[in-house]
Amino acid sequence: MRLELIKRPQKSALYSAISPLLALVLTLLAGFLIFSLLGKPPVAALHAYFIEPLSEAWQLHELAIKAAPLIMIAVGLSVCYRSNNWNIGAEGQFIIGGITGSLVPILFPQFQTLFTLPVMLLLGFIGGAAMGAIPALLKTRFNTNEILTSLMLVYVAQLFLDWLARGRFRDPGGNNFPGSIRFPESARLGEIFPSHGSAHWGIVLAILSAIIVWFMMRFLMKGFEVKVLGGSPRAGRFGGFSSTKMVFFAFLLSGGLAGLAGIAEVAGAIGQLRETISPGYGFAAIIVAFLGRLNPLGAIAAGFVLALTYLGGEAAQMSLGVSEKVARVFQGLLLFFVLGCDTLIHYRIKFIFGEAGKPATAKG
Amino acid sequence: MDVNMLQNILLTIATASTPLLLAAIGELVVERSGVLNLGVEGMMVIGAVCGFAGAFITGSPWIGALAGILAGVLLSLLFGFLALSLATNQVATGLSLTLLGIGLSGMIGEDFVGRAGIRLPRLDLPVLSDLPLVGKLLFGQDPLFYVSIALTAAVMWFLFKTRTGLTLRSIGDNHKSAHALGINVLLYRYLAVMFGGACAGLAGAHLSLVYTPQWVENMTAGRGWIALALVVFASWRPWRVIGGAYLFGAVTIGQIHAQALGIPIPSQLMSALPYLATIVVLVLISRDRRLTVINTPASLAQPFVPDR
Amino acid sequence: MRKTLLALAAGIALAATSGGAAFAQDKFKACFVYIGPVTDGGWTQAHDEARQYVEEQLGDEIETAYLENVPEGPDSERAITRMARSGCNIVFTTSFGYMDPTIAVAEKHPDVMFEHATGYKTADNVTNYNARFYEGRYIIGQIAGNISETGTAGYIASFPIPEVVMGINAFLQGARSVDPDFKLKVVWVNSWHDAGKEADAAKALVDQGVDILTQHTDSAAPMQVAEERGIHAFGQAFDQSEAGPTAQKTAILDTWGPYYVKRIKMAMDGTWKGGESTWDGLKDGILTMAPYRNMPDDVKAMAEETEAKIKSGELHPFTGPINKQDGTEWLAEGETAEDGTLLGMDFYVEGVDDTLPN
Repeated sequence: MRLELIKRPQKSALYSAISPLLALVLTLLAGFLIFSLLGKPPVAALHAYFIEPLSEAWQLHELAIKAAPLIMIAVGLSVCYRSNNWNIGAEGQFIIGGITGSLVPILFPQFQTLFTLPVMLLLGFIGGAAMGAIPALLKTRFNTNEILTSLMLVYVAQLFLDWLARGRFRDPGGNNFPGSIRFPESARLGEIFPSHGSAHWGIVLAILSAIIVWFMMRFLMKGFEVKVLGGSPRAGRFGGFSSTKMVFFAFLLSGGLAGLAGIAEVAGAIGQLRETISPGYGFAAIIVAFLGRLNPLGAIAAGFVLALTYLGGEAAQMSLGVSEKVARVFQGLLLFFVLGCDTLIHYRIKFIFGEAGKPATAKG
Repeated sequence: MDVNMLQNILLTIATASTPLLLAAIGELVVERSGVLNLGVEGMMVIGAVCGFAGAFITGSPWIGALAGILAGVLLSLLFGFLALSLATNQVATGLSLTLLGIGLSGMIGEDFVGRAGIRLPRLDLPVLSDLPLVGKLLFGQDPLFYVSIALTAAVMWFLFKTRTGLTLRSIGDNHKSAHALGINVLLYRYLAVMFGGACAGLAGAHLSLVYTPQWVENMTAGRGWIALALVVFASWRPWRVIGGAYLFGAVTIGQIHAQALGIPIPSQLMSALPYLATIVVLVLISRDRRLTVINTPASLAQPFVPDR
Repeated sequence: MRKTLLALAAGIALAATSGGAAFAQDKFKACFVYIGPVTDGGWTQAHDEARQYVEEQLGDEIETAYLENVPEGPDSERAITRMARSGCNIVFTTSFGYMDPTIAVAEKHPDVMFEHATGYKTADNVTNYNARFYEGRYIIGQIAGNISETGTAGYIASFPIPEVVMGINAFLQGARSVDPDFKLKVVWVNSWHDAGKEADAAKALVDQGVDILTQHTDSAAPMQVAEERGIHAFGQAFDQSEAGPTAQKTAILDTWGPYYVKRIKMAMDGTWKGGESTWDGLKDGILTMAPYRNMPDDVKAMAEETEAKIKSGELHPFTGPINKQDGTEWLAEGETAEDGTLLGMDFYVEGVDDTLPN
């Protein structure tokens, strides 16, 4: 048996809607199988994985906390990838944004005004954008491949943060352990509904940034430019667009949003500058960007889905002792199903049974 | 520094560089065919655990190495099915593969933690292996070292001296015209992806059978990512992968020696050196735009679906 | 958004069929949060084996649960919250970085007991606990001072936190108690578990002339290198004699089990009190020494004697005169170090060939 893809004349609206549902059904079936094989009650496991995190207010808050950085980074990456620039160093830009934003409460702890937080957020954006500008500069100036430079700079950023948090920025009252002072209230991104859970305003920033960027891509000239240059640099140049400027735009925007996500995480969920501030959000957000079909609004949905898989895995570990590894495998499968089912939007799948001989060739 | 110490340092560098080289040379072929598989880390870690398990169960590290290769191929087929047959987005599929691989390796490896590993025996030739300075370096290393060098040479020859290699490169450059010429694009790409999986699996097995003969969860510790970066570093040219892998290995080992000598530089800066060095060298060598463009597979990461 | 809604809808349908999952919670429940995988062969595995020990000892009276690979920061706060909300009576959080999250969650859940490892903050329902690993490090240092021929040891270190710095100093104190000129080379690998890097560091140190290896990282890779190069090494957290049958002289074993059993029993019978700090040592069995092997009898006798003296309180590894690295006096003749100084240690003692980041 083999299968063949047949391109649909246009995107199938039906499958655009059905494919996530189909993916969910497949995931549930696979989950049922896996959990049964491992001797865990499958229904309870799936319940813990998908329902429990959505069934209590505090867990919804946690979902928002986890999704916020993923969404914010993925929104920037969507534009970047659309323009055919390959920033895979968002993790590093996230970290640098966290550092530059934290400069205010760490170096000027007395500066506690209404402006403290906005200045921090702005500095976070600028820091991330500056970090993103490095691969952009190297690409445009020296023709250096941005995949390598942006990735390698992640490790540099991680070590730089480690050095700061254990040295210069260490809390003098912290018993010589790493980590800065805890930020004063004026430097914190507050909680939205403190009585229900601990979600902070980061999620609102994330959704707002998604909407703004979506508007730009949909209605503004800049968005058009991104798509044209991303589709065909030649055509873009004929249209009078500069691909050099586009490289910078894409990296400054994606780096800046990653940096903003970084400082939002530090000033929101963490509350101090620690020696590590990200469990890999910059890399996970790449998945989110593509799951969201490189659409800023899609990134919102995808960000929540990915966040759910983390929370669900944890809930299943806790209530049923499903190991963290199983949760990780299940997460991978879920992503595969979502990606695979999206194929149906653009293609019909034809199964060919029996002896099919050589695949059809030379007909194009 | 005496001659023996120099040789030992070079041997340490070779051991550190070999898994990077193995994984990178496989990914290079994959990318030359126009496919970007970001799941190298996942395939490597599966190769590591299956390599260890194979050796532990059968008692033969050679079977272990084969098991590592096989596991890498199997995982790469999963990637192939999605990214090639179903034309899913390659970047996202590769990243998901890494998540899956890390989880799966943890599940498989649960029973092997803390067990004594079996090392692949080093080459030991009479007289030759005992020559001063070069004896161990040339004639006394682990078998996978020689495999990695031979494989690089073979890939170089294959890509640039054989017809099949030319075809593979042409697919990577423009799959539409290759298809128009009657070439079975997907078949080539499947084979390339499987080769990449085999190499990544072997690179993982190197970790658990040569580098540190044991199984520890996540023992690849990001080496798959470095391998991916090295392919780019090499501008998709095989001999440059050797250069990149050994540059990275040499700076890594060099900074450790500098630390052991007590040189007062923050260890974080020392640890960052390999990454910075790679960036700087790439900047220096990639300034010739023409050469880079020639060697970059133009249809990299673009899904291909044969139209009818 | 659509995907989420769909997921929600399907989820609700599923919940209806399963009738929701309800779990009876009658037994006393002890929960553990881990920084690494339970099979890391080091820190986390030691805690998890202790959890299994608790299950063996207390059997049907209790149940346990754990979350592994929990990153420090917001993820750990969520994990601890989940435990507090899912019926855990006592929660052990086993990484330094969990300190502030533990305190924060504890404040919201005053009826749950929390114990945080290796930190310094406490609260009404939070204690902290740690083990005096430096006692073991002093012993292995003394063995090293006795058996080393080159008079130099290599120390593979993870991150410059007080715990690690204290270990380095204790090791050197032990070595210098028998060989006043003993030297120590330190390599920081900036990771807790990267077997490859640990092996690289071990090889580099051996190439630079050390004949003793010791480590404050998780994997058995340095032990393998020691075995292969025919030098001496000490196991970390676990008995690593399988990796180094002749290389391993002894090992500092993390044996949290008895401590956990004691605390959980206290929690069950109502004698558990918050706000306390526990720093147990060799005498309490929170760390133990693996059998002394592969060494001359007189060295073994000396090690056993030192161990006994530390247990009885006759010997404190940090007893003056001790100078700091720069030659200034830290402890005068006969003076012993205060716990507070040790727990926040950010300086080397004289003789360490390395610079601490500051």
